[in-house]
Amino acid sequence: MKSKPVDAIRIKNACKSFGSVLANDCVCLSVRNGEILALLGENGSGKTTLVNMLSGIYFPDSGSIEVNGKEVTIRSPKDAFDLGIGMIHQHFKLVDVLTAAENIVLGLPGSLRIDRSALNAEIRAISKRYGLEVEPEKMIYDMSVSEKQTVEILKVLYRGASILILDEPTAVLTPQETDKLFNILRNMKKDGKAIIIITHKLNEVLSISDRVSILRKGRLIDTVETSTTNAQELTEMMVGRFVSLAIDRAPCADTEQRLRLRSVTCRNADGVKALNNVSFTLMAGEILGVAGIAGSGQKELCEVISGLHPIEEGKISLVLRDREEKISGLSPSEIANRGVSLAFVPEDRLGMGLVASMDMVDNMMLKSYKDPPGFFVDRKPPKEMAERLIRRLEIVTPGTSTPVRRLSGGNVQKVLLGREIASNPSVLIAAYPVRGLDINSSYTVYDLLNEQKQKGVAVLYIGEDLDVLLELCDRILVLCGGRVSGIVDARSTSKEEIGMMMVHIDEEKEVGA
Amino acid sequence: MGKIIDMINAAVLAGTPLLFGTLGEILTEKSGNLNLGVEGMMFMGGVSGFAAAYLYNISAAQQTSGLIAVIFAILGAFAAGALGALIYSFLTVTLRANQNVTGLTLTIFGTGFGNFFGEHMAISSPGGFAAVDNTVKAAFGAVDIPVLSKIPYIGKLLFSYNFMVYLSVFTALLLAWFFYRTRYGLNLRAVGENPATADAAGINVTRYKYIATTIGGGICGLGGMYVVMVTCSGVWVHNSISGLGWIAVALVIFAAWDPYRALIGSLLFGGLSIMRLYVQLGIPMQIYDMLPFVGTVIVLILTSVRQSRQRSQPKSCGTNYFREER
Repeated sequence: MKSKPVDAIRIKNACKSFGSVLANDCVCLSVRNGEILALLGENGSGKTTLVNMLSGIYFPDSGSIEVNGKEVTIRSPKDAFDLGIGMIHQHFKLVDVLTAAENIVLGLPGSLRIDRSALNAEIRAISKRYGLEVEPEKMIYDMSVSEKQTVEILKVLYRGASILILDEPTAVLTPQETDKLFNILRNMKKDGKAIIIITHKLNEVLSISDRVSILRKGRLIDTVETSTTNAQELTEMMVGRFVSLAIDRAPCADTEQRLRLRSVTCRNADGVKALNNVSFTLMAGEILGVAGIAGSGQKELCEVISGLHPIEEGKISLVLRDREEKISGLSPSEIANRGVSLAFVPEDRLGMGLVASMDMVDNMMLKSYKDPPGFFVDRKPPKEMAERLIRRLEIVTPGTSTPVRRLSGGNVQKVLLGREIASNPSVLIAAYPVRGLDINSSYTVYDLLNEQKQKGVAVLYIGEDLDVLLELCDRILVLCGGRVSGIVDARSTSKEEIGMMMVHIDEEKEVGA
Repeated sequence: MGKIIDMINAAVLAGTPLLFGTLGEILTEKSGNLNLGVEGMMFMGGVSGFAAAYLYNISAAQQTSGLIAVIFAILGAFAAGALGALIYSFLTVTLRANQNVTGLTLTIFGTGFGNFFGEHMAISSPGGFAAVDNTVKAAFGAVDIPVLSKIPYIGKLLFSYNFMVYLSVFTALLLAWFFYRTRYGLNLRAVGENPATADAAGINVTRYKYIATTIGGGICGLGGMYVVMVTCSGVWVHNSISGLGWIAVALVIFAAWDPYRALIGSLLFGGLSIMRLYVQLGIPMQIYDMLPFVGTVIVLILTSVRQSRQRSQPKSCGTNYFREER
């Protein structure tokens, strides 16, 4: 520790672009020893890119990095280690079948034989100093998410890091575990360590950090002292003011109920509750928007409705011609046969729904190969359908026999959405349908959704851009940590209100139960 | 009593080449390489170890020393097995070829390599078959350990074997110590389980894969040499390995990638393969010959339902690691 006030890390004018996307645009950032800096921003605002330049995963296009007042070059994770920078990733880097102690000592130089009792004693000493709780001989696969995170933190501390970077450490933790983690971070701060914590949860920022740097769309908006700001101001800086897109919002065509979710609860692969007591009713002829920070349960919501993910509690039912039918527990194909259609655009775009190496006709057939039944398939109807879609949606492709992986992102999305719509669904789930699309293609998609709505289809639209949600949807459901923090009328609410609901649940307003 | 001890003696002798093959493959798989070429590497080790001892034997003629022949055989066998594994490593680690296909190809290559050079030595020798003389044969015979070998029962049970048996047991204990007690063993296990994590922890994944696979191949080669020098008494027999490599691959699964369990597994399978000499059931000989393979099938079925994460295949086994694919 140095007595003179030298910043532990100072980033000057760092720029980083991926292809034509500018992920970081001349960002300056500094953190002092004995300080916790929060990095706040929406998804895609460039937070992770920025810290990855510190941990050696990315190399800045331009700009400089100083550690303890000296300019440095960080080319690999090992360089970062050597400078005392330790990063705790969102996805843990641990070997499951080894113990905590073995994971901590992995890859370090030392004597041929590992002295386990000495190692365990050392680990216990570090744990005690910062208030960490870990059993060195426990296997990683027996550990809870929070324990695994503790091992990751210990791994970094054992290697003598004095600068810690935590990438959304609370995303997978329960509130109690989060409190525990924050106590540990405060202990490290007292010990003179510099800590950068990435988060988009405002209450956490306010409770743990000394200063906040806000990023938006790759730019540093401002760095403020936490004590002089409040949640409202931070939300405004984080969400910003966008150029409004004018989307024609058709009036609600119908007002009958179509899909009912009652207290639906499910767990993800890690055993964390991804959806917690979710209840809502989707009306025919409306677009219900789903807002929320990424990973608040949107994916699971799509998957439980379409039958891809089992639910633990609750009931999902479909109402058609005044007859209510339970669809939870049915297989995905049975649910699809009842007219529930899922157009899911995951991050890799081609992962779910389309087969990248097959052409448009084959991809159409994925949905219709079963009719008429028989040994042979009839390629004519799907070919006609593909041609119809190309004309209708102005899909740019050399022809129906070109593998869809060769199409641009927007066209791939049109193929996927077009196929789902062509099956005349009664419920259409569109998850991030405009992700990665330019303005024009986005408008085509909005028009398609509006058209479906006017035909009386119940549309569930899962989106990221709050401006679009506000203009396109009739009602907006806000998810926060797998719970519904509220359902608001899109015509009368404000972006600020939704932004607050995304990060904070007002217990009184909570819908459900 | 005497008959049971005889049977155990025979089981140990028959199980030793399996043990070498199993240990070599365990070391290989711990690095995340599923090398199905054990059979091929055993053939390569078998013919090369034999050739080294045989050619030395011919040139030294009357002056042949058993010890030097043994050293030649070990070095030749280890080097040939390691060479096969090195080819495999180059193809899968550096060129990232499919591990299954590469392993199968290595088996075919090694089998041809062994039979070709073995037959070549046989037809170029005056008698029409290649065999080492009695001095060399004796060097691969039972070692007489003073006092210990004379203890009733125990002496026969534990101290009546050739040096290769002791070497195989020593290799098993050494590997177990390496995996569970040393830093490099820990790093190697991490490479086999999760190469991306190992890489991030600063471990040279490529180097670990190369070294473990190559040494593993060398150990398999020793198993092949044992078959020629001990089982076939120093005479080159066409197709002498005949499936032992495949049993070893299955034994790796039976042993749950644990050298200690490999000791038990190889003894058990050694026992199955000599049963027809000791347990007469009045069934055709071919059925007896089938037993080890039937056992292999049963082991594979039983182990496929096992869920324990501690005793399963290293997770990255069979897939090549490519850093940029994270």
